Amino acid sequence: MKHIVIIGGGIAGMESACALTDAGHWVTLIEKEAQLGGKLNQWSFLFPDFTPAEKIKDTLFDKCQERDFSILLKTEVKSVQTHQKKFNIETFGGQKLEADAVVVSSGYELFDARRKEEYGYKIYDHVITSADLEKLLRPGSDLSVAAGKNPKRIAFVHCVGSRDEKSGNHYCSKVCCITGVKQAIELKKRLPEAEIFCFYMDLRMYGKHFEELYREAQEKFDIQFIRGRLSEAAEKMDKSLLIKAEDTLSGRPLKMNVDLLVLLVGMEAGKGTATAAAKCSIEYEDSGFLKTNDTFLFSNFSSQEGIFLAGSCTAPMSVNDTILHARSAAMEVNSWLRKQ
Amino acid sequence: MKDFGYTVIKQRTIDYDQFDGRLLSDVLRMEPSFKTCLSCGGCTATCSANDLVSFNIRRINLSLRRGETYELESEIQKCMLCGKCMLVCPRGINIRNVIMLIKKSILKYKSVQL
Amino acid sequence: MQNEGKQKIWKDYQKEIADDHYFYVRSCIRQNFFPGSEQTFLKILRAELNKDIFENPHHTTCSGIGYHSDIVPFDTIQTIVARQFALMTEAGYRNLAVSCITSFGIYNEIIETWKEFPNELEKIRNYLKKATGREFKIPQNVSHASDIIYKFREDIFARKKYSLTNHETGKPLKIVEHIGCHYAKMFPGKGVGGAEFPHVLVGMIESWGGEVIDYPERRHCCGFGFRQYLVMSNRGYSISNSKKKFESMEPYRPDAIASNCPGCPMFLDRWQYVIEEMEGKTYGQNGRGIPVLTYEEMAGLVLGYDPWDMGMQMHQTDVEPLLDKMGIEYNPDLKYAGKDGKQIGQVKMAGCKC
Repeated sequence: MKHIVIIGGGIAGMESACALTDAGHWVTLIEKEAQLGGKLNQWSFLFPDFTPAEKIKDTLFDKCQERDFSILLKTEVKSVQTHQKKFNIETFGGQKLEADAVVVSSGYELFDARRKEEYGYKIYDHVITSADLEKLLRPGSDLSVAAGKNPKRIAFVHCVGSRDEKSGNHYCSKVCCITGVKQAIELKKRLPEAEIFCFYMDLRMYGKHFEELYREAQEKFDIQFIRGRLSEAAEKMDKSLLIKAEDTLSGRPLKMNVDLLVLLVGMEAGKGTATAAAKCSIEYEDSGFLKTNDTFLFSNFSSQEGIFLAGSCTAPMSVNDTILHARSAAMEVNSWLRKQ
Repeated sequence: MKDFGYTVIKQRTIDYDQFDGRLLSDVLRMEPSFKTCLSCGGCTATCSANDLVSFNIRRINLSLRRGETYELESEIQKCMLCGKCMLVCPRGINIRNVIMLIKKSILKYKSVQL
Repeated sequence: MQNEGKQKIWKDYQKEIADDHYFYVRSCIRQNFFPGSEQTFLKILRAELNKDIFENPHHTTCSGIGYHSDIVPFDTIQTIVARQFALMTEAGYRNLAVSCITSFGIYNEIIETWKEFPNELEKIRNYLKKATGREFKIPQNVSHASDIIYKFREDIFARKKYSLTNHETGKPLKIVEHIGCHYAKMFPGKGVGGAEFPHVLVGMIESWGGEVIDYPERRHCCGFGFRQYLVMSNRGYSISNSKKKFESMEPYRPDAIASNCPGCPMFLDRWQYVIEEMEGKTYGQNGRGIPVLTYEEMAGLVLGYDPWDMGMQMHQTDVEPLLDKMGIEYNPDLKYAGKDGKQIGQVKMAGCKC
């Protein structure tokens, strides 16, 4: 029986672990947090159809429970050494594992919105991120601290930390556009009297049902889309925010007062993935995301033989794409092991 | 008042807080398809008036949404109501009706003011 | 507004500020705009803080305004700056204390250029040697004079005579701060607190008992911005930008505006007079203007220096409302008296209908 160690117990790690167990291998899944699920634990509802994140998570949990593989929680990898076609993995807890293959599924981190200083996140009272809002969108949660008692106007800012030289991220995080549309609709349902605006540079509705949801946002929920990137936000005396952008389609600067500003934060490879790259001696791209052997046919292969990649450690990815990528990683590991 | 050879310049920023949305809400209520405009410019590209005079039908949406009623009133006079724009519109907006509604609504608010 | 967020940013942007032995480089325009401020700075450093600060009368303009107006070529300004560094080197100093924000930006820009392009440095060494026979070392530390006052703000307050509070109510005075663009916008890491939420003046104001106003147009241009002022027909840009700031800060009822740049206090002060002349509008309390201070003047007032000795009669928005609130004693009759007691002539004022 071959042994595969998976680094990172988010949805990619969970899905890969299940698929590899089904293929008849012994799997150890290593997760640094106290529970599996990764970033999905922080999300309430998923685009494009408002599926509760719980539902996806619970299904994946059940799938893991039904299968026999080992899970090491609150565990971090200290080193990965290659020795005679085997991988020797040591954890900070002192555990030593020998693996025939390794899957890196170390995921992403959310962009720290404080780095866009001009938007005043953590300084102005009514500036929050999409991740903060997601928690507030749970049924029964109180929106009034973030949005005030009776918010008249709310704005979303797209591409915060993405497509931005100043943030050091040239790439598109892919999921923020549709997240903005989803959250705008959810807010409108909760606060029907509020006017909601999305400030975007391009709307990238790449996935199934994304464009339809965008249209629904305009048609049924009166969400307004203004093409222009916010230059700055400033807090006024009454704690509302003065925001400035160019209405690029009119060709004139535009300012408005809003009661809540939501920053659609992008994805970064983050510390976990950088550490994984260093420990496994695998290559990464300028963006920090892990380098795959090619774009088309080998997107689960790292620069080192026997080390495979799954999910958003390779590029920003939706939940849907992550699960598919993780599943395909398991297939690649399986066929590679059979050839050994 | 003294003349120093220069003056304070009026700001051209669109101040959304000064926006009177009555005309917009009238038009959207009666022609909801107009909410879905993508600003793609297909209408303007095919417009039979645009080629002859400066008339940008795509900007009608923006003028309406930014409260630039004054500009709107003179602009829509240039439309010949041929409806070619409707053949192109990817969102199936009844643009001709939008023009008619704007004309009517402008008159309505003018008469109220009078 | 959550102060912890700002404190986090301030921690991220701390810079090294030399603590003694400065070579002082004056500003060419400040001596006309606010003639007493630089003298006040030297007095504070020497008499209050016992620091060694040296200046050489052969020091010239950095030519920054000419450079930013496309009149002085880059090679020329680099050589002029190299000459200033040569004067510093010859005097045995390594720490530059810069009075002007434009010069501060120029020095940083040129030093960074030399780091990135060592060939430029060699070229300029050669130019300076050929033209003047001089050689130079690059300063170890470049601090703006406001950095130095910031560094010693608690020492200054320990010697205070007045604080930035209303002497009748004991409440903190509300002060608007405005930072020169070239202080931190070019190199955020070279300004205390960075570019978006600079701490340099905030630190002084809060340490000296005042309260800082963060108003919506805080980041907006003061109205100087070389090109909008140097050509007379462009001055509409300048005054309109200043006006935008006044209108944004007015509802907060500020007691004063403080700045660390040559241009900003000049325009924030003078344009209040011009706007009153053009439109009859004033932005302070009781139909008066909002007094505008340089940070040296602000420090000098705290230390109890005579406002007329500091040249505050040269302001076109009268400073008396602030002096009265702070409880500063001054002699109105001596406002326009020169050192020899003769009247030096009176400037036209905003908010006093004169």
